[in-house]
Amino acid sequence: MSEAIPGAGWHPIASGSDLAYRHVFHGALAGREVAVWRADDDHVNVWENRCLHRGVKLSIGVNEGFELKCQYHGWRYANRTSACTYIPAHPADAPARTIANRTFPAAERYGLVWSGEAATGVPEIPGLADADAFPLRPLPVDAPAAFVAERLAAAAEAIGTGRAARRIGDLALAFTAGVPGSDDPVAITVLVQPLAAGRAVIRALRHGRPTADAELEVLRHWNGVLTALRDAIEAAAATLAPAAPDAAPIEPLPAELADLPPAAAFGRRPALTMRIAEKQPAGDGVALFRLEPRDGVLPGFQPGAHIDVHLPNGLVRQYSLLNGPAETTAYLIAVKREPQSRGGSAALHETLRVGDLVALSEPRNNFPLRRDAGATLFLAGGIGVTPLIAMAKTLALGGRPFAFHAFARDAARLPLGAELGRLGSAFRPQLGLDAEARSAAISGLLAGGSVGGTGGRHLYVCGPAGFIELVRAQAAAAGWAEAAVHFEYFANARPLDRSQGFELALSRSCLTLAVAPGETIVEAVRAAGVDIATSCEQGACGTCLATVLDGAPDHQDVYLTPSEKAAGRSIVTCVSRARSARLVLDL
Amino acid sequence: MAVRRARDRVALDLWQVIGAVEDVPATGAATTVLMEETLAVSRGPAGIAVHLPETGEALPVLLRYGYVWTSLGTPPAELFPLPEWAEPDRRNLNAGTVGVHVSAPRAIENFLDMAHFPYVHTGILGAEPHTEVEDYDVEVSDSRDEVLATRCRFWQPMAATTATGAIMADYVYRVPHPYCAVLYKTCPAEPHRRDVIGILLQPVSEERVRAHLMLSLIDHDNPDTVLRRFQQTIFGQDKPILENQVPKKLPLDPRAETPIRADKSAVAYRRWLRQKGLTYGTIPAAA
Ligand code: FES
Ligand SMILES: [Fe+2]
Repeated sequence: MSEAIPGAGWHPIASGSDLAYRHVFHGALAGREVAVWRADDDHVNVWENRCLHRGVKLSIGVNEGFELKCQYHGWRYANRTSACTYIPAHPADAPARTIANRTFPAAERYGLVWSGEAATGVPEIPGLADADAFPLRPLPVDAPAAFVAERLAAAAEAIGTGRAARRIGDLALAFTAGVPGSDDPVAITVLVQPLAAGRAVIRALRHGRPTADAELEVLRHWNGVLTALRDAIEAAAATLAPAAPDAAPIEPLPAELADLPPAAAFGRRPALTMRIAEKQPAGDGVALFRLEPRDGVLPGFQPGAHIDVHLPNGLVRQYSLLNGPAETTAYLIAVKREPQSRGGSAALHETLRVGDLVALSEPRNNFPLRRDAGATLFLAGGIGVTPLIAMAKTLALGGRPFAFHAFARDAARLPLGAELGRLGSAFRPQLGLDAEARSAAISGLLAGGSVGGTGGRHLYVCGPAGFIELVRAQAAAAGWAEAAVHFEYFANARPLDRSQGFELALSRSCLTLAVAPGETIVEAVRAAGVDIATSCEQGACGTCLATVLDGAPDHQDVYLTPSEKAAGRSIVTCVSRARSARLVLDL
Repeated sequence: MAVRRARDRVALDLWQVIGAVEDVPATGAATTVLMEETLAVSRGPAGIAVHLPETGEALPVLLRYGYVWTSLGTPPAELFPLPEWAEPDRRNLNAGTVGVHVSAPRAIENFLDMAHFPYVHTGILGAEPHTEVEDYDVEVSDSRDEVLATRCRFWQPMAATTATGAIMADYVYRVPHPYCAVLYKTCPAEPHRRDVIGILLQPVSEERVRAHLMLSLIDHDNPDTVLRRFQQTIFGQDKPILENQVPKKLPLDPRAETPIRADKSAVAYRRWLRQKGLTYGTIPAAA
């Protein structure tokens, strides 16, 4: 009797019109509460209705367009992935990448929003074109969904044209009904949404949209018919045994989130394979790549994050993401063709083409952006604009003040002009300055200094090593607190000294190793079977940072600040070593 | 030992607050619910008395800090100390009693939490972009069996009724009882002294409380109604958040929720409850 709806597992959970601009709709499906929100790019998110932090319902949160902000402590979760992008209580930290809410599949069709735990494909209603569907007013019913569907099927004949209803699935039926004042019968599809034990919603679709003037009358007519049915069904259901509550269980979080502070460990292994969807010249020997996930799901990222790209020739290179919070369908990276390339940028420029697949790591963020600054100053040299563009886009969406100064010899040497242009008046190119004029311009911008902290001025600088050194030195001279100056080097140009061997103890693994001259801590630790996450492996990105419990580190990286180095509590293990005979790490 | 609806001996043996002394009627009895048992509270010749109308059983009574305390089990000799309450120039009052559909431990964690000020108490106890929670110290004091958080600081646009502008407010938090917490915060009127604010939770059931808001302030100017209104405004902002927390009981399994450094005091509180073996109003961690 029933031609089941293909793509079963789908249930309607809302009318499309429930997802008003910047609204969060409180839905439920089979005992599970969901927060449903439409992002500004029209993507519909269906998430478990519970903030991972302290369990507050996300349906009372704020839809900020591309992020959902929890009402309790302002944690922000990204459109699509629901990955946490920002924790305001710790504005200088990047949230652990694994903090992501449970998401459910979503589809918008026939004027309804559909979801389901095991939904596949797209819901299909026989004989109804998407544009013709006219959702009637949904009616909640105090009765089990299957019971509601039974009763509706039985009653359809009475309200229809005398023909029996067709069941088109366990919880769906179709019938034709006469229209008051018209000879043409109209087709109606009724879907029953299971809400929770003993609760359901009748969601009916009229095939064919009425004219604008008739809309209200059609809605009123069907509201009357369905309300009468609802009352009859509820009266019949009153005799049923009360349903056992079926609240969905709360699933435990990954173990690494249970600890304080959350630890994040990733090896230098490609976790993702993506397709090069676009490759475009973006000025000054820079190519802009758009990398699309093959399954449509782009893992979450934060402004300042970078990915490792594993090239066909075996090299691994780091590129900052250009993505702002609104860009959640593909990673954007900019690759500069380096004349002295050892094969990394050359491979991306010459070998890889649109349609090729590349292996990537998931994004990690060692260059987090504070969103609590009173003013943010971005200073970029050359291709150093990339992480800063992602940050600027984030602040622009959040309405936070910033100024973006990009230094280049001339306009032609300024990459990513189109991206920069989109920053509007906050973008100030600094072109054609000689060394002296450049230094004067920088000192003008840095005048006044900053103590940093909440509400203070913060500086983010990225570019060639010489540029970063210059800006940092001038900032220090102008009275900028070290904590207000944030930087990221592409590479560690310092000569490395690996001549000394030392003893290395790993306190958590209960291992003592000898690190030989010429060998790195990472190599020695991995040889002993303990993994350490790395990315650049040259002391620039900070991924391999470890906590020092005892001993004196010999810092050789460009990641830590001078005071972090002086404190001696952390070490960049891919390049740094020990000055003491023994070093104890929390690994 | 009498049979009780609640099973948790640890919670039954505590002193529990059931209301402000001034709210006990002069004649007749008021009824209230404590841990699912209905109690009658009345004034008699020997002072305030509490009993269970269902069985006629009389319960122990203690009057402390302006409130009536009783117990459904065998309570200790004394309640936690609060010496400031006895200082002669303090304004001691019950700012209000509010029913909240949440467990008592969830309400305690909310009281200990600074990170929510800019979002929930916007313009009063916090405001964006001042969202940072600086590092603070937490210990479980052995001598007094309480959770103690010190060196807490937060930027506040209007820290109290006596505030004339934004200040960096200093806080000390004490949790001297599983369902009661007290804070000491910078008093804008006399910066070397601390205002004391307490939240005393009466567990009505595992998922419902009556929150009694205790004040012991240094404010010589504002009338009671102003002090009360300030505190009720604050708590009125917390109530809808608390009632939208899932689950309502506090999960003690470390993998139920995601703590951050700012939640150190809550982490210590959950551990302290686990050590005590208190379960009423919690979801105990699976063994
Ligand atoms: S509960 Fe959502 S941010 Fe804390
Ligand atoms: Fe609060």
